[in-house]
Amino acid sequence: MAAQTLYEKLWSSHVVHEEADGTALIYIDRHLVHEVTSPQAFEGLKLAGRKPWRISSIVATADHNTPTDHWERGILDPVSRQQVETLDANIREVGSLAYFPFRDERQGIVHVIGPENGATLPGMTVVCGDSHTSTHGAFGCLAHGIGTSEVEHVMATQCLLQKKSKTLLIRVDGQLGKGVTAKDVVLAIIGRIGTAGGTGYAMEFGGSAIRALSMEGRMTICNMAIEAGARAGMVGVDETTIDYLKDRPFSPTGEAWGQAVAYWRTLKSDEGAQFDKLIELKAEDILPQVTWGTSPEMVTTVEGRVPDPAAVADPVRREGVERALKYMGLEPNTPITDIEVDQVFIGSCTNSRIEDLREAAAVAKGRQKAANVRRVLVVPGSGLVKRQAEEEGLHEIFVAAGFEWREPGCSMCLAMNADRLEPGERCASTSNRNFEGRQGAGGRTHLVSPAMAAAAAVTGHFTDVRQLA
Amino acid sequence: MKPFTKLDGLVAPLDRANVDTDAIIPKQFLKSIKRSGFGPNAFDEWRYLDVGQPGQDNSKRPLNPDFVLNQQRYQGAQVLLTRDNFGCGSSREHAPWALEDYGFRVLIGPSFADIFFNNSFKNGLLPIRLDVAEVDELFRQCEATEGYRLIVDLAAQTITRPDGKAIGFDIDPFRKECLLNGWDDIGLTLRHADKIRDFEQKRRAQHPYYYA
Ligand code: SF4
Repeated sequence: MAAQTLYEKLWSSHVVHEEADGTALIYIDRHLVHEVTSPQAFEGLKLAGRKPWRISSIVATADHNTPTDHWERGILDPVSRQQVETLDANIREVGSLAYFPFRDERQGIVHVIGPENGATLPGMTVVCGDSHTSTHGAFGCLAHGIGTSEVEHVMATQCLLQKKSKTLLIRVDGQLGKGVTAKDVVLAIIGRIGTAGGTGYAMEFGGSAIRALSMEGRMTICNMAIEAGARAGMVGVDETTIDYLKDRPFSPTGEAWGQAVAYWRTLKSDEGAQFDKLIELKAEDILPQVTWGTSPEMVTTVEGRVPDPAAVADPVRREGVERALKYMGLEPNTPITDIEVDQVFIGSCTNSRIEDLREAAAVAKGRQKAANVRRVLVVPGSGLVKRQAEEEGLHEIFVAAGFEWREPGCSMCLAMNADRLEPGERCASTSNRNFEGRQGAGGRTHLVSPAMAAAAAVTGHFTDVRQLA
Repeated sequence: MKPFTKLDGLVAPLDRANVDTDAIIPKQFLKSIKRSGFGPNAFDEWRYLDVGQPGQDNSKRPLNPDFVLNQQRYQGAQVLLTRDNFGCGSSREHAPWALEDYGFRVLIGPSFADIFFNNSFKNGLLPIRLDVAEVDELFRQCEATEGYRLIVDLAAQTITRPDGKAIGFDIDPFRKECLLNGWDDIGLTLRHADKIRDFEQKRRAQHPYYYA
């Protein structure tokens, strides 16, 4: 058989039916559900008198609206509370493989809890009404975000209507420098190809620098594939993948484990497989990244400066840069390290796993939040991450540094709960989107790695983490 | 779903690239558990001078006079002209719900983000990709002519300008069929229920560990 890419293997093993124009029905193995994009789907299902096709494919949690402090008070915002209670009621009525409701010890961000519970397994198709579902591709899955109509479609039919994507391989070879993380790699990729660079593609990440990453790092990279326009990002299965999954709650056990692992080892692109497009980066060229604008592609290195719109030739782009600088309150040519921050957010499905918290804690240890920084939020991705961090004493480091140690959830990644920026406030954030108003109306977001966020927190401005030995 | 066949509609230009779904409908409105009523909050942060909250009386809020859709000449627009990568960002279907509820039925631009593109079709909203040069010309004509209208004919796959020029556009045959007829995807898919069941049975036998 001809050499196949990982995407082709995953695609062809899930096609149920194909229309003449190539639109296919793809079978869905895992359906992750959260409170924001599901209520209209459950309602639609009910109105049409339909039942979910396979309840055991559903894993649900409440994450977007939940508060990250004073859990004993419940959810104070009545509209948020109604949405979370609607999910409670829907799952109670319909059923699921697992539900981690508000205040459950395993509750957390949907893209953190799937993998850590072994509910995301190699070879699966994974969907969720959330664009960052691309995260799960780190496990050699075909994982993508869907809209609410598709959530309803998957519930009712266990399938998704899809057309096959083109394939794009992003190879990162070499060794990442000290202080350079997966977040910097993916921001550098987006800076290179742009936020629409991956549109229409299924994106695979390969090369020795990707292979050397932990599962946490691979998830960070796949998480932001959508920020490069690709609906799915993925990494082939290797021993790192398999080691991570061993003994997770929903991972197979006994004989089934051996059978599964034998199959999973085939889930990588074959030698010589052809991709429609190839992008190559050298790991050594990647430095710590900081975004300066209102789109993740508006990014530079910590050694860089805010761009000058006068130097941009294309008029649509120039206007985009001007508008972004105005919104961000930045002057052209300002050195990145001169930019001071008001808040720091360490969390989100991009960077809230144990390894991220360890990286932030390593910088925070023995240091203090700078006086000009109003607040530093550290929000673990899940109850399990929180517990692990506390067992390692990371929370004590954060608290000693003057950071706030919070309960898990999406928090200030999108500010649907009470955690948000005030108008005009500037934030170093480990999340994935720096859109206007994303972290609160009028708020200004700079995307960075957890280590860089912690460095900004203790120095009060962006600082090259490599100099904070 | 509402079928889409032919439309003769007023055009409004939104001359920005990378219009993201957070801009189309800010997150505070995502707390609603309904599918309708998002129109008054479409482009909320650009459209109003204050910060919008769910459940507010939007008719009393101060409008931003600098936002293009607030201009008198574009009131009642059903066709939105946009730039590259419209609808990037989150998968929230609230974005097409808001645009549809606002009154748009057609979006024209050089490119759209994948998930948004897909979500639009599910809601009777027709996104059309055209060459950059064609889009540039439409922007030019639209801004120069008050009351600028386009005729969009889905069956013929054409957009006809006031000067009589017809521009062809591409669309997947399957999507076109669904939109023309207003078909419900789920009903269509369930015609293949036997095939899905067969597939599932085989998969369960081959990979039992996915069904624990
Ligand atoms: S952490 Fe942010 S990006 Fe991730 S699921 Fe939550 S809101 Fe979406």
